[in-house]
Amino acid sequence: MTRQDGNEKDCILRLRGISKQFGAVSALSDIELDVHAGEVVALVGDNGAGKSTLVKVLAGVHQPSAGTIEWCGQKVVLESPSRALELGIATVYQDLALCENLDVVANLFLGQELSPFALDEIQMEVRAWTLLQELSARIPSVREPIAALSGGQRQTVAIARSLLLDPRIIMLDEPTAALGVAQTAEVLNLIERVRDRGHGVILISHNMEDVRAVADRIVVLRLGRNNGVFKADTSQSDLVAAITGATDNSVSRRQARMTASQEA
Amino acid sequence: MTQTDSGKTRQKLDRSDTRLRQDEGMSGALRGFIDRVRSGELGLLPVAIGLLVISTVFSILNPVFLAPNNLVNLLFDASAIGFIALGVVCVLLLGEIDLSVGSMSGLASAMIGVLWVRSGLPMPVAVGGALAAGVAMGLVYALLRNRFGMPSFVATLAGLLALLGAQLYILGPTGSINLPFSSSLVRFGQVMVMPAWLSHLLALLPGAFLLFNGLRKMALRSAANLSHEAASLLILRLFTFTVGLQFAVHYLNLGRGIPWMFALFVLFVMIMHYALTRTKWGRSVYAVGGNPEAARRAGIKVERIRMSAFVLCSMFATAGGIFGAARLASASQQAGTADVNLNAIAAAVIGGTSLFGGRGTAWAALFGILVIQAISNGLTLLNLSSSLRYMITGGVLAIAVIIDSMARQSRANHGRG
Ligand SMILES: Nc1ncnc2c1ncn2[C@@H]1O[C@H](COP(=O)(O)OP(=O)(O)OP(=O)(O)O)[C@@H](O)[C@H]1O
Ligand SMILES: [Mg+2]
Repeated sequence: MTRQDGNEKDCILRLRGISKQFGAVSALSDIELDVHAGEVVALVGDNGAGKSTLVKVLAGVHQPSAGTIEWCGQKVVLESPSRALELGIATVYQDLALCENLDVVANLFLGQELSPFALDEIQMEVRAWTLLQELSARIPSVREPIAALSGGQRQTVAIARSLLLDPRIIMLDEPTAALGVAQTAEVLNLIERVRDRGHGVILISHNMEDVRAVADRIVVLRLGRNNGVFKADTSQSDLVAAITGATDNSVSRRQARMTASQEA
Repeated sequence: MTQTDSGKTRQKLDRSDTRLRQDEGMSGALRGFIDRVRSGELGLLPVAIGLLVISTVFSILNPVFLAPNNLVNLLFDASAIGFIALGVVCVLLLGEIDLSVGSMSGLASAMIGVLWVRSGLPMPVAVGGALAAGVAMGLVYALLRNRFGMPSFVATLAGLLALLGAQLYILGPTGSINLPFSSSLVRFGQVMVMPAWLSHLLALLPGAFLLFNGLRKMALRSAANLSHEAASLLILRLFTFTVGLQFAVHYLNLGRGIPWMFALFVLFVMIMHYALTRTKWGRSVYAVGGNPEAARRAGIKVERIRMSAFVLCSMFATAGGIFGAARLASASQQAGTADVNLNAIAAAVIGGTSLFGGRGTAWAALFGILVIQAISNGLTLLNLSSSLRYMITGGVLAIAVIIDSMARQSRANHGRG
């Protein structure tokens, strides 16, 4: 287990004591998280651990009940999604947050349209195609409404949208859940490219292989609390133990059963 | 595909997916249109069919229906409620509703009567006062919706009663104020028509604009390596459109001519069409109507968009009320009551604006009100009582809503949301 020390000056995002209450439910309590420039932080945890809630707090969608957020050494209040976008925090939400009645181009540029009083559709369409090609998207037409796209195509659109503004930090909430083999590889490549450009990445995924392939640090959440920070080369069983909170868990029992039956 | 053999560099950006049917030229456009209609993107098709059926039926029952002067009258009548419908389109696009547009227009006409005729203030001051009342009412609805989360259905239902009360209150016991016939406002609402030469000239403008815009778009798109519409298609469309428009203008000029009031209404429809399709504000309106939470997360100030729509709606209702008063040359207790409210909302829906939000165009107000007014005009010519008129208009509205719901289901089945 490593400590969240890191370099003071390249730390772009620092969370201290973040808590979030939904009525009687404490979705997050006393969360600490640092993200440095040029670093991929994986956020893992079981269903309902609070990962998406943490992402939404950072995206300005939810207001934390307690705690502070520092951005490049400055205390900030992310009172709205537009404030977070302004700072350069881009988000791919688990539910994608696309407008199904609008076409791909309109969704990509939503809120960031070129020339507000005489929309530059041609420029936007060209930019849309380049962004989508970078992700080797398989989208036949960008003038179809989002409702006409497959789940994976929609996810690609959501990812492309987060790249539009060249953000400082990009948060991906299960970005590859619906993606094909090639598109998943492309997203992982993209995460590495974004990191190499010196930006920070927060990646949420249930796929431990993907996580260990790209993450520099793995932050584990359990029942809304920090449950350890791990290096990428940590063994699967240690990670699972931290995620489920026990060394004797369903995953390890299943694995033991498998090896036992193989030996027999 | 013809482009692959000429090398990869010639491949259009938006035509590179091999699964995409290459809809090119005339037949391609036709195929695309049929596909869209089948999957529930009906556009203005139901209205076009509706207008055709209505005019055939009524002209068989009474040939006067299609007489030029009757159509001119129809346009005079349509303009005032058309303004109201245009505002209703704005709120419907957000998935909200304003049930008080009729009362708002009634209050506006009463304010014109009281401020201008009874108190003797200059007419522009009275108009300004009425518009200010519209803005204030829109702000109230926006506040109730944004701050207190009150459904606009309930807020505007309360507004309907309150505004009606205000209208009756300021009119006082006399209940009716006549506007002077010689005034420019009443002349505008009853007699002022365009000179024939000017109407023909103006009817050329849309075609010229389509040509200019189409050619410019074509050049820009091919410069950006995107596919574009075939030139032959553009020319054909523009030619039929211009010929049709010139014929309509010619026909109306056989009667009194084209009302200035109607021209003003069409101008506002075009302005709203531009605002809704070509500006960031319009894009935000559709986004909020489609998925408000997604719009908020994209950084759109959803509350402000709602506010702008409610204010616009109330202002258009006010304008409709003023022109309605001009049309009748009076401000009475009856103004804005009875069917004005529902006609305006029905027009927006019949024109293809979805009650579910996120779908529709400014043109819906124009075509919807033409349908409504044609029905009402035709039934009046047949000397049918207003009871029958209400029932038939109600039936047509029901049909329009059924078409909307069915198109929505069909879109869902064809993956178009
Ligand atoms: N808007 C909300 N209102 C009330 N409770 C909520 C809300 N959003 C999340 N919660 C609760 O907060 C907890 C954490 O939810 P969250 O969505 O953050 O989990 P997660 O880690 O993203 O899970 P998953 O892996 O399933 O996506 C859950 O118990 C959930 O019920
Ligand atoms: Mg989640």
